[in-house]
Amino acid sequence: MDRFTTLTAVAAPMPAENIDTDQIIPARFLKTIQRSGLGKNAFAAQRYNDDGSENPDFVLNREPYRHAEILVTLDNFGCGSSREHAPWALLDFGIRCVIAPSFADIFFNNCFKNGILPIRLPREICEALMEDAALGSNARLTVDLQAQCIHRPDGSSVAFEVDGFRKHMLIEGLDDIGQTLQHETAIAGFERKRALEESWRPNIVMEDAS
Amino acid sequence: MARTLFDKIWDDHVVERLPDGTCILYIDRHLLHEVTSPQAFEGLRMSGRRLRRPDATVAVVDHNVPTSDRSLPIEEPESRLQIETLEKNVAEFGVPYFRLRSKDQGIVHVVGPEQGISLPGMTIVCGDSHTSTHGAMGALAFGIGTSEVEHVMATQTLLQKPARNMRITVSGQVGPGVTAKDIMLAIIGKIGTAGGTGHVMEFAGDAIRALDMAGRMTLCNMSIEAGARAGLIAPDETTFAYIEGRRFAPKGDDFEKACAYWRTLATDDDAVFDTEVTLDAASIQPSLTWGTSPEDVIGIDGVVPDPAGFSDPARARQVQRMLDYMGLEAGQKIAGTRIDVAFIGSCTNSRIEDLRSAAAIARGRHVAPGVRAMVVPGSGHVKAAAEAEGLDRIFVEAGFEWREAGCSMCLGMNPDRLTAGQRCASTSNRNFEGRQGPGGRTHLCSPAMAAAAAVSGCFVDVREMV
Ligand code: SF4
Repeated sequence: MDRFTTLTAVAAPMPAENIDTDQIIPARFLKTIQRSGLGKNAFAAQRYNDDGSENPDFVLNREPYRHAEILVTLDNFGCGSSREHAPWALLDFGIRCVIAPSFADIFFNNCFKNGILPIRLPREICEALMEDAALGSNARLTVDLQAQCIHRPDGSSVAFEVDGFRKHMLIEGLDDIGQTLQHETAIAGFERKRALEESWRPNIVMEDAS
Repeated sequence: MARTLFDKIWDDHVVERLPDGTCILYIDRHLLHEVTSPQAFEGLRMSGRRLRRPDATVAVVDHNVPTSDRSLPIEEPESRLQIETLEKNVAEFGVPYFRLRSKDQGIVHVVGPEQGISLPGMTIVCGDSHTSTHGAMGALAFGIGTSEVEHVMATQTLLQKPARNMRITVSGQVGPGVTAKDIMLAIIGKIGTAGGTGHVMEFAGDAIRALDMAGRMTLCNMSIEAGARAGLIAPDETTFAYIEGRRFAPKGDDFEKACAYWRTLATDDDAVFDTEVTLDAASIQPSLTWGTSPEDVIGIDGVVPDPAGFSDPARARQVQRMLDYMGLEAGQKIAGTRIDVAFIGSCTNSRIEDLRSAAAIARGRHVAPGVRAMVVPGSGHVKAAAEAEGLDRIFVEAGFEWREAGCSMCLGMNPDRLTAGQRCASTSNRNFEGRQGPGGRTHLCSPAMAAAAAVSGCFVDVREMV
């Protein structure tokens, strides 16, 4: 997983509540065998017209928001299904940070598992950040995870909360797997002890293994 | 301190306890199928990680496979791609794999116990919620998401917090014609689909001890439908007799050593459960569902509920909506309701014992006019065993389709689907809207009840047919 330290980027405003996982990535794209490649279908229903052409009114189809790495939106972002395709689609589009007054629980957790920083801030602040975002590439936001603050284009800054453990994981670029692998010695020790004391435990070995 | 079966399995698998109480839990068996594994393999490849224990991992294809002629290529391109992708991945990472056209192929939750891969005291995971089935062996078995599939691949562990302990005691003996499926439907009907939330559910009592392994698997399979993280039944002589001689089970001396360990796992007499539920087996009827949630259960002599009978207006609206979807009238008797399809199969009820109990009803009778009835064995071995006993001929002579192993009409992901409005007596585990195909109407019931409905053309009390 890529580290998340400081992100200076264009932010796209999405002033809507309850943007659900089906909007983020419609169900028909879930039969995929990959987690990469979902970005082109992120927000597909709003992003494309029926004939497949781009809808010029949708924010992520406009410059500079095509290159947005931050989303600023309203309450209950990511509600709906528990599948991980939603954060995969955002990440593949290039989004590394989502700012909203509230998030759906599972989506919130899934973000951290995939290197995306979700930030909860009061609605008035989200609205103010959306005004900044509306200024486009002249008005990039800087998200400093170490200092837990967002620097606004006017020089002011906004502080945010984040769970200490998750902050550590993002800054170090550790996913859960990376974190667990730091306990490799304990895992290997557990396996050795088992093999010694409980040698009856069978392994699955196929004569004609593929 | 006195411990439950769950506590003992848990304690034996804790590699490390982290400061916040999360445990690194060792996983003994990782089962893979074609739908939830591709992104995990991709993740492994992208991060340059290896699969830690190919010898604790096993793969099979089931969800997407057609259950018709196996010599034909798979028509649906997306299904074919998922299957081919699994085959590429298992070859690349050296995972033991049961090929589509081998006798070993079948539904992952039928194959695991059948091959002696799922054993008592183990931790078993799979990217599939019905992994709870393997709890019948006395194993802690649960479904996981794709990130966790990758986590197990790379580390052979999961980060978990312990669940709460729940015990469901079913005392006494069930009456004739009442099966494990009816017991489980009665349990879900009683505690609801959220009844087991946050708990691991241990089944106990005389009625459970009396069940064969197939019945125990039916019970644990549907513990997830009651909201539990997993279901569990203490391993006993029935379990050991089932395991002995199976392909990947310990043999000879090792088997004796294993049994000695497995005998220590049962819940201590004075262990305390967070939640206890009791049922009287004698009061359980042959049952089925009327609505679109597994908790909407009635006995075969029952009537469809009336929305007006619910004081909570939200529940009343929900019941009305379910009746509309299911095409049922409030207050109508469920017996006599006509069906279009009978489906005998799925990881809930596709083992040889299930097929025997359906065949006992089908023998010498014929599927009613206008009804499509299908029997889908849970694995190639179940199919072969049934054919050796002549069950296939009983079914075919009675007008049932005799098909190849797979998930089939349990979910609308392969060619076996209900069409809109069709009513199905189904031995599967989920009656959600559209689960068996868009607009399909599912009534969950036992194999004997489904067979009885198939030959009668409508739901009937199976007790009148034996
Ligand atoms: S039979 Fe049904 S419930 Fe079981 S694994 Fe297959 S799709 Fe899932």
